[in-house]
Parts: sequence; structure tokens; C-alpha cells
Amino acid sequence: MEDGRRVLRYVDALSEAVALEMARDDKVFLFGLDVDDHKSIQGSTRGLLERFGKERVFTTPLSEDAMTGVAIGAAMAGMRPIHVHIRMDFLMLCMNQIVNIASKARYMYGGQVKVPMVVRSIIGKSWGQGAQHSQALHSLFMHLPGMKVAAPSNAHDAKGCTIAAIRDDNPVLMMEHRLLYPTEAVVNEGAYVVPPGRSRVCRFGRDVTIVGVSNMVVEALRAAELLAEAGVSAEVIDPIWLAPLDSETIVESARRTRKVLIADNGWLNCGASAEIAARLAEALAGEGPIQIKRVGFAPTPCPPSPELENAFYPNPGTIAAAAYALAKPDAPAWAPDPAATKLAYQLQFKGPF
Amino acid sequence: MPATKSSRPKKADPARLYRAVRRIRRVEEEVARIYPSDKIKSPVHLSIGQEGIAVGVCDPLEPRDAVSGTYRGHATYLAKGGDLNAMMAELFGKDTGCARGKGGSMHLVDMKANVLGCSAVVGTTVPVAAGFAMAQKMRKTGAVVACFLGDGASEEGCFPETLNFAALHKLPVIFVCENNGFAIHEPLAKRWATTKLCERVRTYGIPATRFTDSDTAKIRDHIAKALPAMRKGGGPIFLECLTWRWREHVGPGEDYDAGFRSKADLAKWQKKDPVVVLGKKLDKKLKATIDAEIEAELAAAVNFAETSPWPDAKELYSDVFA
Repeated sequence: MEDGRRVLRYVDALSEAVALEMARDDKVFLFGLDVDDHKSIQGSTRGLLERFGKERVFTTPLSEDAMTGVAIGAAMAGMRPIHVHIRMDFLMLCMNQIVNIASKARYMYGGQVKVPMVVRSIIGKSWGQGAQHSQALHSLFMHLPGMKVAAPSNAHDAKGCTIAAIRDDNPVLMMEHRLLYPTEAVVNEGAYVVPPGRSRVCRFGRDVTIVGVSNMVVEALRAAELLAEAGVSAEVIDPIWLAPLDSETIVESARRTRKVLIADNGWLNCGASAEIAARLAEALAGEGPIQIKRVGFAPTPCPPSPELENAFYPNPGTIAAAAYALAKPDAPAWAPDPAATKLAYQLQFKGPF
Repeated sequence: MPATKSSRPKKADPARLYRAVRRIRRVEEEVARIYPSDKIKSPVHLSIGQEGIAVGVCDPLEPRDAVSGTYRGHATYLAKGGDLNAMMAELFGKDTGCARGKGGSMHLVDMKANVLGCSAVVGTTVPVAAGFAMAQKMRKTGAVVACFLGDGASEEGCFPETLNFAALHKLPVIFVCENNGFAIHEPLAKRWATTKLCERVRTYGIPATRFTDSDTAKIRDHIAKALPAMRKGGGPIFLECLTWRWREHVGPGEDYDAGFRSKADLAKWQKKDPVVVLGKKLDKKLKATIDAEIEAELAAAVNFAETSPWPDAKELYSDVFA
């Protein structure tokens, strides 16, 4: 395109964002197990070692706890580390440092330090990855004052959120999604930020508001197409950043539709959807009835068998059916043809990662 | 970025060492004295008896060097040049405190003096110190980081993880284990299969030295000798310094009468009291002058804390984010 935009894959948008920032600021460095491997974190760090050298792009021992502390210490000393994990599950080994130091260092040290670090993490999901490689644990980090959490759903936001995260003076967790990696979007050349605290209305609608989290935005957009065929006009909102969360955009939409479906790529219990629902209830109290419904992971660990796994995740069909029931409570139950609910990326993906 | 400097450590000075240990001792004795009045609203973990280690390690350090302390961090903070007024005010919860009343005794910090923040969660600061050291290496400042930890911290997973990483990357870290034999109330014999900590550390490729009597001057000389190589990329060193916590784990009292520590052991260590040992090296007049100066400074610090304002309630919300 003539205006400096072109179509880019999510995975390439991630490495482009880091390359731009590393070129701009020599305090930025990237480390994590396998960032310099030939597979380079699914390709998301490809080319960085060759361009920036092994002093700024290096692997680590299998020591997630200590490596998180190292990132914090380096950040306190004025560097801007990016710590990469190929699976979000490994963040459990980092919780002590993230919860006890990173998120509260600035506060408990009376404003004397900054911790400008980025933690990149990838949700596995699907193709039989099982209980410990499919978890979406963003709500654990949303809970912490002092932490920021981004969950970009497309290549444009993946680049803009990554750049915003690197430039942020606070610890930021990036929740990326493996299934989104090959998806393409129009992405600007050069550096730009998708800053915290602004949700995006992805599709305007009248009858029902659907809030998607991470890849559920993509599923919700497909659901909205199916709903349109059934005569329901759905508005789709992507919060983009989960902490700080711009709930105002969601509230404004709900004020019009009075019906909200929250589709989370995570469990419902104490999750992002619970937070969004609570904020809607508080903000719209006294303004008349509002209906809220949530869909997300089944309340089980994630099973690898395809039959069970399909039932574990929401999909465009289950999202559309739930939204339809909200929009047309008096109509007979409706669900789209299952053959129409598969997304391109689901059909293409073959594993093993 | 500043170029690597390789300055010679300053010369040993008995008066300077004595002043430093005596000052820390008196500050903590004063904290213990004030504590029952309830003016200090923060659990205090006193390092009385252990001061000589912090002083020995910090004496040869330069302002550009950093220290990382534990929740028993008063001695580390003061030995590295942390602001005494700000520390006392922090214990009182005042706005002028080093963490503006948001840290307390367990989270002392003074970034101007390169005292990295202390943490209440055992071992957590060990990798943070290594990360701070890694940044010094990347930026070629030539600065080192002295990372203080207790014997209990050596049992945390991040300790061996950090040793391995620091050795692998030749980070300028002085690991200092203040081994007082107790983790809260649990003695070493109930926690370690062997006491060969230095042997364990050496397997990571880190030179390790054990000081059985925590002699301040000996520790000081050891650090002074090691510093020039460390500033030039020689990698980490490790010290295990046996010592004794004279007071209870938390609070101002004694705990030898609780049954798990003996008064005889305390008496044995009190014979090696660094304040007395170092004081004997000075002539009486000089010692008296130093003592008087410390008392005046201490009284001023307590007065500063007492008369400082409380933080405004709206400060509850400041500095959650940078």
C-alpha cells in the first residue's frame, strides 16, 4: 500500500516491533530460553540475534524464577529487558518475582525505582497440547496493582502493544496466542504504539454487545457474521489491554444494547469476564435492566483428545448461540450450522507447537 | 556510557571500621529502646551482633557499587551509606522515610547510595542483585554488586539458579551469606544435610571463602583484594560468614530463654563482638570522640523521625505505576 501499510503476519509483527525498539534504544535487550535458537520462539524472534548480536539477544538456563529477578534487577538499573517464554504455563515459576517484586517495587520503595520490563508469553491451545500448555492465565496478573497486561488479537495490535510495552516504565505482561501467529492484518511500517487503556469497537451493532478477549475477538467477529445471517446485529469490542482495562467503551456499548456477552479465552471463575461483568453491573446500576452472559473455558483442565478439546473451548458457534439467546430471549433456541463455525486458522494449524 | 574504571580500593582504616560498626550497633539499640513505645510501626529484624560483616564488605566499595540486602537489612543499608534520617523516618512511617512510609523496616532502599531495595520474601533479592550486576556489565560501568543473603536463602530455588547464571555470565556479584545458623527459629542442623555450603557453591565455578569468626578486618581485606579483578570481568565470588543473631528473629527482645538457642553460644559470640574488637585498636580519646559524634547524629535522626510529617492520605495511591 502506498501509505506505508502492508499485510503482515502476527508473528512477524512481533519481531518487527522488537527490532524497531532495539534499533531505537540500546537499553532494550531480549532474553529467554531459545530466543536465539533456529526455531526462535515460533519465529517471533527471528533475525534479532543476527542483527543485534549475542550481547543483546541471548538464551537462558531453565531458571525462570531467577531469570525474572535478573530482568527486574536490570530494569531497576535502567535497562529495558524483554523476557520471553514460549509457553504461558512457565510463568508460574516466575510468580514470586512478578508478584512480590516486579509489580510492587516502585510502590514499596517509595517511588525510588522503575521496573520497565516486558514479559512475553504465549498460550499454546489446541492440537492436543493438554492441560499444562493451553492455559490462559491473564487474570492472575490483572489482579496485581502495578502490573499491566496486554492481549493483542491481531498483527496490528501485536506490534503496537509490544512497542508500547517496551516503552512503558512499568512491568508489562504480553499474552500472545499461538493460533493467532500466522494470521495476517494490515500493519503500518515504522514504530507506533497501541497504548494501554483504550478498547476498540471492532464492529458496530445494535442488538447485543460481544466482548472478546485475545483470540476470542476473532471468534466473536465470525460469530457476528453468523448472527447477521440470523437477523441479529452484534457489536464486537476488543479490550486489547486487560490491565489497565478500558471498561468505559464497553459500558457505553452496553448502555445502548443492554445485552452483553463476554467471551474469554480463559476460565470464568474470578477471571477477566467476571471483572468486566462486575464493572458493567456497577457502572449501569440504576439505569434499568441489563443482561450479562459469559462464555469461556469449561471449568476443567484442558484435555488433549480432539472431541473433548472441542467441547472445552468456546467457538463462533457457541458464541453466536449464546448471543442469539440474549438478543432474542423469546425466540426458539438457535445455533449456526457447525460446518460454518470453523475459522481458517483452525483448519490450517497442524502443530506440533 | 561510563568507561570501565579500575581504581585501587581505599586503604584500611581501623577508625573508619570502628565508627561504622559502632554506629550501626547504636542505631539498632536505639530502635530496640524505642520499639516498645509503639512509635515504630514496622516489624524490625535487628542485626545486632552481625554488623561486622556488612561493614567489612562495604568498606572497600565505592559509591558506584551497589548492595542488595535482606529484611534484616539495617546494617547493610547503613554500611553502604544509606541515609540514617530517612531510615529512622521510614521505621516511624513518616513521609520523609526512605520509602515514604510505604516500605518499612523490611524494604529499606536508597538508590542515591546504591542501596537496592530489601525484600521480606527470603531469597527474592538474590536474582535481582544479579540482574543489576548484569546491567553494570552490559553498560561497562565497572561497578560491582554485593548481594547479602542469609543461610535460609541458600535453600531457595532462585539461589542456585542465580549462582549458575552469575558464573556463566561472569557477573560482578559478591555473594555474602550471613550464616547465623537460624532461619526464623529453625537451626541449621534441621535444614542442611551438610554444612559444606562453600563446596556446593564452588561446583558452579565460583570461588568461595568461609569466615568462621566474621572478623571485620579480614573480610574487608578479602573484598579489597578481590575487587580489581571483578571490575575487569573476573566474575562472581562467594563468602560464607558465620555469625550470630543476638536478638530474636523479629522484635527487640532476647530469645535464648525460649529454649531453641543457648545463652552459652551467645556469650561465646559476644566475646568476638566486632564493636569491642575494633574499639580496642583505637586510642581512647579518638574512640570517645567517635562515640560522641555517633550519639549526636543518632539523637538528631530520632528527632527528625519524630518531627517529620505523616504522608498525606492521598499518597496511598501514588507510585503504583511509574
